[in-house]
Amino acid sequence: MTLVAPAAARAATPGNTAAGRRAGLTALGFLAPSGLGFLIFTLLPIVGSIALAFFSWPILGDHTFVGGRNFVTLVTTDPVFFRALRNTVIFVVLYVPVNFVISLGLAVWISPRIRLRGLYRVLFFLPAVTPIVANALVWRLMLQPKGLVDDLLSSGLGLGPTNLLGGQVSAMVCVVAMSVWQGFGYNMLVFSAGLDAINPNLYEAADIDGVSRWRQFWTITVPMLSPSMFFAAVLTMITSFQVFSQPYILTGGGPGAATQTMVMYMYQKGFQFYSLGMASAISTVLLIIIVLVTGLQFLGQRRFVHYDG
Amino acid sequence: MTADVSATVRPVPTTAAPGTPPRGRRVNRVDRSRPAPVSQILLTLVLLVFMIPFIWMVSTSLKPGNEVFASPPSLVGSEIRLANFSEAWSYVPFGRYMVNGMVVAVLGTLLVCVTSILAAYAFARLEFRGRELIFLLYLITLMVPQEVMIVPMFILMQQLGWTNSYQALVLPWAFSAFGTFLLRQFFLNIPKELEEAALVDGASRLRILTSIVLPIARPAVAVLAVFTFINYWNSFLWPLIITNSTDLFTVPVGLNGFLGQQGSQWHLLMAASTISMLPTVVMVLLLQRHLVRGIALSGLGGR
Repeated sequence: MTLVAPAAARAATPGNTAAGRRAGLTALGFLAPSGLGFLIFTLLPIVGSIALAFFSWPILGDHTFVGGRNFVTLVTTDPVFFRALRNTVIFVVLYVPVNFVISLGLAVWISPRIRLRGLYRVLFFLPAVTPIVANALVWRLMLQPKGLVDDLLSSGLGLGPTNLLGGQVSAMVCVVAMSVWQGFGYNMLVFSAGLDAINPNLYEAADIDGVSRWRQFWTITVPMLSPSMFFAAVLTMITSFQVFSQPYILTGGGPGAATQTMVMYMYQKGFQFYSLGMASAISTVLLIIIVLVTGLQFLGQRRFVHYDG
Repeated sequence: MTADVSATVRPVPTTAAPGTPPRGRRVNRVDRSRPAPVSQILLTLVLLVFMIPFIWMVSTSLKPGNEVFASPPSLVGSEIRLANFSEAWSYVPFGRYMVNGMVVAVLGTLLVCVTSILAAYAFARLEFRGRELIFLLYLITLMVPQEVMIVPMFILMQQLGWTNSYQALVLPWAFSAFGTFLLRQFFLNIPKELEEAALVDGASRLRILTSIVLPIARPAVAVLAVFTFINYWNSFLWPLIITNSTDLFTVPVGLNGFLGQQGSQWHLLMAASTISMLPTVVMVLLLQRHLVRGIALSGLGGR
């Protein structure tokens, strides 16, 4: 972060001389477009999001300060909040490890010994860049009764008619499966880049010493990849807590509230029941959870992440 | 993990009798660049299974409506109905959604790129008071997920009288710290010496940025542009909240409305979905080399 200033700039301590003032003005000019927008459209909403949670704020009409009442309502009388919280945690606990195993597995599999590896990588990455709504729609078509999957299961395997999106457990499994299909490509590319950066001599030396492939994976690949893995774990965790579109399109949160997530509930409270204060309280709880989990990950990083290139 | 299950093992001199599988410690030695045909075939099969949703989408988009749920399922219907695409187009104002999506994504991308380039250059190269502090502020906001900001952003739009408008679709997410952060990292890696000669010659900072720094940074800017475009194009929750007239719907909101309205018209819905994927798919296939590198360099991962 520290910069060695070029001779010309070093002579002018910012602000003290005419040249310094001019440098300051230049900097202001460069920074202003981004900074102004950042102030209004990033900083203000972040501060506002926490403040709003302490208001009763209907979409139309007057708002009033209610202290912690929104939070109290959520944890004492709200019928859906804990269900949504639990579903979100279940989603994260299922999604993150499966995403990791598949993305790491494929990154390793698409090794230099695979021809056209760039093409394989991009194809596995495609659902991550196609509209998530379109992705979820085709999954819904395939998973619904009489759809492709139902047909294969019932006439192909004789399992009888299925309604995977209509079962309490199976609906969540579908949401997770669709999300993994859609999302693992990012981590796969991150891991691929990490793998390509590992010095091949390490493996050659291990080969010569007769170390098995399996042990090489755990003693070379995993430690060398641990910085990318840590980074990916933090980001995947943060984004998976915010899951919305997949259950919204696939199940609408159902059956009942079996796949209702926190962001879905926030959307419902704020923009279908028009209670923006309650919606803010929900997103504040989400923010606190995300900050706590991220903090824990950073604490854990010392033990598990290996930095020295 | 499964990389070398099928690897060909290079013959290694062993003392074992011919015919017995070699079991020495050296068996593991494998040429890591030699093609692995079995592994390649298996991987291709996995890829095919992985692509089923896309294949099914295109297949359904070409079937007559009454054959969507035919049993047994078939990849090709009794006829290939290209008319589905034109019907989907007229069933809902899908052309309008595409135009809206394009306008929003292109404007957003331009705005993000210009403001990020300028700010990133200031943070990377210019001396001014409070630089580290302001940059830290930018960094902190990177941690806050967009979803948390949705409600206050909505109220801000209400106050400005911007609900259901193009600016409400573009501006709110055009000033995230991400682009600035990404480009600053890239600019810091460009040797300063390249700029110093021009500085001595009296070139302005803006001139230096556009004629020296930007040409070098083109790959990074390209990555930022593509991902910003994709994010705008695919964004769902925010447009769902902030627009309420079909005149302003973007593609994902339009598809969602289509589902509610014409739940049974799956062949048309799939035709529309197929079209909705084209811009980003084409972009990614064209720029694939840049993207893979860009993801490595920027850490856009973790979705």
